[in-house]
Amino acid sequence: MAFMPRLSRVQLLRYSRPVAHVEAADAQLLDALRSGDEKTFAGLVREYHPSLVRVARIYVSTQSTAEEVAQETWLGVLKGLERFEGRSSLRTWIFSILTNIAKTRATRDGRTLPFSALQDPARVPEAAVAADRFLDPEHPRWPGHWAIKPEPWPDDALVTAESRALIAEAIEALPASQRAVISLRDVEGWDSDEVCNALDISETNQRVLLHRARSKVRGALEAYLQESSE
Amino acid sequence: MNEQVEQLSCRELVELVTDYLEGALSDEEHARFEEHIAGCGGCKVYLEQIRRTVQALGHLPEDALTADAERDLLEAFRGWPSA
Repeated sequence: MAFMPRLSRVQLLRYSRPVAHVEAADAQLLDALRSGDEKTFAGLVREYHPSLVRVARIYVSTQSTAEEVAQETWLGVLKGLERFEGRSSLRTWIFSILTNIAKTRATRDGRTLPFSALQDPARVPEAAVAADRFLDPEHPRWPGHWAIKPEPWPDDALVTAESRALIAEAIEALPASQRAVISLRDVEGWDSDEVCNALDISETNQRVLLHRARSKVRGALEAYLQESSE
Repeated sequence: MNEQVEQLSCRELVELVTDYLEGALSDEEHARFEEHIAGCGGCKVYLEQIRRTVQALGHLPEDALTADAERDLLEAFRGWPSA
């Protein structure tokens, strides 16, 4: 490192490995941040802060602690800005800072980390649809077939303010790890790689958490739509 | 009777929906999934409901940052010595 030719930071970013991970957009953002551009920082904060709080919530027990952890993360970002080498995307780097701070905070607060919820979610089985919606697996003619079939939803059922509020409520009611995954994937539109990186979980576990979260939100919508059609 | 056993039940299918949508099923599982869906009205509706749920999630407003938090963070940024 000491004998490396002197390169600009952006060049350093571009040439540090693995190159594929450093996107041009990231390099631009970094450059702006390092030159103290407030608008860029504000934009980043607006984009990621709510997600940071949600992810922090997996590790810490209260919303206000999660908020503190997210705030601390931004200070960590500022502190690390000069040293960030772009080995990961800017986003992944920010979330890794968050995860470290959140874990430290959880340990300090004497909270057992929910490793099983994140790292081994399949250990505790959870059905996507209640068992009593199906016929017995030993049923002579229709084993495991629907006993009570889902009914089609009206076309405009999900666009009302009420159904949106209900979806938001259903997300809030999820365990924190499921809430983080469904929020990042489906609400914010991240792809699965990015979510796996940000949460440091395997592809499979991410899918298990997403599956449970989506199943529950669907279930909540079904219950609500059925109720309102009666 | 053997054939019956190898077919997916509805109860099994609903557990595979996310893997299906994520493209994570093996070719064989994928084929079994689609075969089941083709012949089962209940599961067809179920899959459609999951798709619509995902779509609706994508239209939720993202959480906004509180004005206080934003102000504090910007203050920290201003106070940060830029290189």
